[in-house]
Amino acid sequence: MSQTPIFRAENVSKAYAGHVAIENISIEVPKGSIFGLLGPNGAGKTTFIRIINQITGPDTGSLWFNGERLEQKHLHQIGYLPEERGLYKKMKVGEQALYLCQLKGLTKKDALQRLKYWFEKFGIEAWWHKKVEELSKGMAQKVQFIVTVLHEPELLILDEPFSGFDPINTNLIKSEILELKKKGTTIIFSTHNMGSVEELCDHIALINNSRVILDGEVGEIRNRFRTQTYDIEFKGSMMDLGNSLGTYGELLNHDSDEGALSARVKLVNGATTNQLLGNIMRSIEVTGFHEVIPSMNDIFIEAVERYNREKQMA
Amino acid sequence: MSKIGLIIQREYLTRVRKKSFIIMTILGPVLMAALFIVPVWLAMNEEDDANILVIDDSMLFHERMEDTEKIHFHFPEYGLPLDSAKSRMMGSEDIDAVLFIHKKIISTPAGVQLIYDKQPGINVIRYIENTLENDIETFKLAKSGINQATIEAAKTNITLVTTKLDEVGEESKANTELSMVVGLFSGILIYMFIFLYGVQVMRGVIEEKTNRIIEVIISSVRPFELMMGKIIGIALVGLTQFLLWVVLSSTLISGSQTLVQQHFAKQEKGTSIEEAMSRSQSLAPESEEIAEAKLNEAAVNELFSNIDLIDFPVILGSFLFYFLGGYLIYSALFAAVGSAVDNEADTQQFMLPITIPIIFSFVMAQVVINNPESTMSFWLSMIPFTSPIIMMVRIPFGVPYWEIALSMALLVAGFIATTWLAGRIYRTGILMYGKKITYKELWKWLVYH
Repeated sequence: MSQTPIFRAENVSKAYAGHVAIENISIEVPKGSIFGLLGPNGAGKTTFIRIINQITGPDTGSLWFNGERLEQKHLHQIGYLPEERGLYKKMKVGEQALYLCQLKGLTKKDALQRLKYWFEKFGIEAWWHKKVEELSKGMAQKVQFIVTVLHEPELLILDEPFSGFDPINTNLIKSEILELKKKGTTIIFSTHNMGSVEELCDHIALINNSRVILDGEVGEIRNRFRTQTYDIEFKGSMMDLGNSLGTYGELLNHDSDEGALSARVKLVNGATTNQLLGNIMRSIEVTGFHEVIPSMNDIFIEAVERYNREKQMA
Repeated sequence: MSKIGLIIQREYLTRVRKKSFIIMTILGPVLMAALFIVPVWLAMNEEDDANILVIDDSMLFHERMEDTEKIHFHFPEYGLPLDSAKSRMMGSEDIDAVLFIHKKIISTPAGVQLIYDKQPGINVIRYIENTLENDIETFKLAKSGINQATIEAAKTNITLVTTKLDEVGEESKANTELSMVVGLFSGILIYMFIFLYGVQVMRGVIEEKTNRIIEVIISSVRPFELMMGKIIGIALVGLTQFLLWVVLSSTLISGSQTLVQQHFAKQEKGTSIEEAMSRSQSLAPESEEIAEAKLNEAAVNELFSNIDLIDFPVILGSFLFYFLGGYLIYSALFAAVGSAVDNEADTQQFMLPITIPIIFSFVMAQVVINNPESTMSFWLSMIPFTSPIIMMVRIPFGVPYWEIALSMALLVAGFIATTWLAGRIYRTGILMYGKKITYKELWKWLVYH
């Protein structure tokens, strides 16, 4: 991808009185991708997102939007759904949506037209004159989502977008996100819900303890975290399997469930799957063989733990 | 429309459309007018008719005590013993009290009794006392050969015409009492405005914080724009309410004034005993009475001409300036307090440094008003935190223009400084949740870049 990334951060650091929030963060968000910003609570994700939205400024480092230095004017091209989100409770839904969209630079006329489209799409036209306090939390979240995307931002930043949604609405929002991506919107997606990361993200950056400890394309990262581990289902005896592994594999664990035997084996000493299979097939009958691919959840935990270990050693 | 314009519009419209705003706008002047009307109304309706049986052993007052609208005197045949008068009172609904005047009332004024079965109002008692006192005094004076006319002629009333000689040598008359009223009233209004609307700014900030809408908004506008938009929007709400109050209360007050005047006109007929006495007893020639009336008229004219002496354009202009300036300098601080807390209950600890200067200036206003040109008054009207109230108290007495200009310039500078400081606290505070903030923390926000 030789295209200019829509957003780039270079060595961005920010300290609050007394503690470092983020340190030397450098990331590139390719145009049209869904970029997952992951990390445990308190890692510095929200601080970093606030810096992108120019709510706070970085102490050092530079930020670029579409190849230009990030400035106040770019806010109109950014949509932001914060984790701590809400609406004016006493204000009517329609009026409030209009107000928030106008603050993002839309004219009243444009805002009205687009709001109408989205309210119809979500089937919530009837809420227009209701006060926000009369809506349920999920309903308010829908309104909030609409307001976030209404000015058709080039870059959409969603901080824990699914918190507060029931599964049905989560799916609705997910499909909206994918549709926006199709239209060319780039999305930065901050979460610690790894399931949704696997489903949606093309790229991720994992932030832990104020630093990026892992970043890249999801497929590539998964490859990096493959552990040469395989699940084998077979007929025969566990003893035979164990004996036939020889120097190729190491038995991690095993299980026998109603006569069906299975085992998890890790390749060792640079052996290939063919060598392993060739060896064990002489003693047992293999009925299933597949690689154990690490889930994002495993990768997350593994990366964080590895980082913490290294830090302790140093 | 610019973003700050949008914010001002929202802050303004959501507030003026609230039911509470409309209710307060209507209720405010009604309450103010009630301050004028209720006492009069109470005075008119509070008392029942009092029927008093007069047993006058001295024979001095027989048929001479004049009835009022509510008080009626009854004079039985001479020689009715007190006891039978008492039993007559107990036996009938028509008599509420018995007034017993003993024989030697002139020499020993003590011992006059009012015996009642139904407690008479304080006004009844006072009226009887006054009537007796006046009558006895007149008798005594007459005995020593002084007639009523001589006394009236001896009465003197002095009102000083205070004249200020300024540097240019021009004389300007001043009416101290009127200046006091105008000054204090303006001061009180500014005091109220700062509190009422400053607190609204604070509440607005807390609302945005607890609703968690703040982060959505400051991803579109700068925190400072949001804060200023809110402050200006609420100032406009205040001005609107103030103007509506002025219009409504002047209508109501002028209405109630006519009511008051009517009432006093009536009362005068019934209660002005002195006049009645002098009319019936004095031998004074009519010309003197006319002369006295003319003197009164002159006094009234003097008061009205003094109203002209007060420089109303300057007062009105500076009132509006200090009204807004005072609000602005404090509301930024109120906004900062709102940003530092999660709910209104936590505001207490930070409110003190804000409320102390306001209350201090309000208290000092009463001192300044008695000595508007002292050194202390000068300094208090220069310091931006006290000047809105103190200067407004001083202005009706006449303050050199350079002092007003300096005070205004300092207020503007003070406003810019506090708003800048408050903005620094605000932009950090609005994003802090669930943390008890200390003064130390606030200081860090202030100095941290």
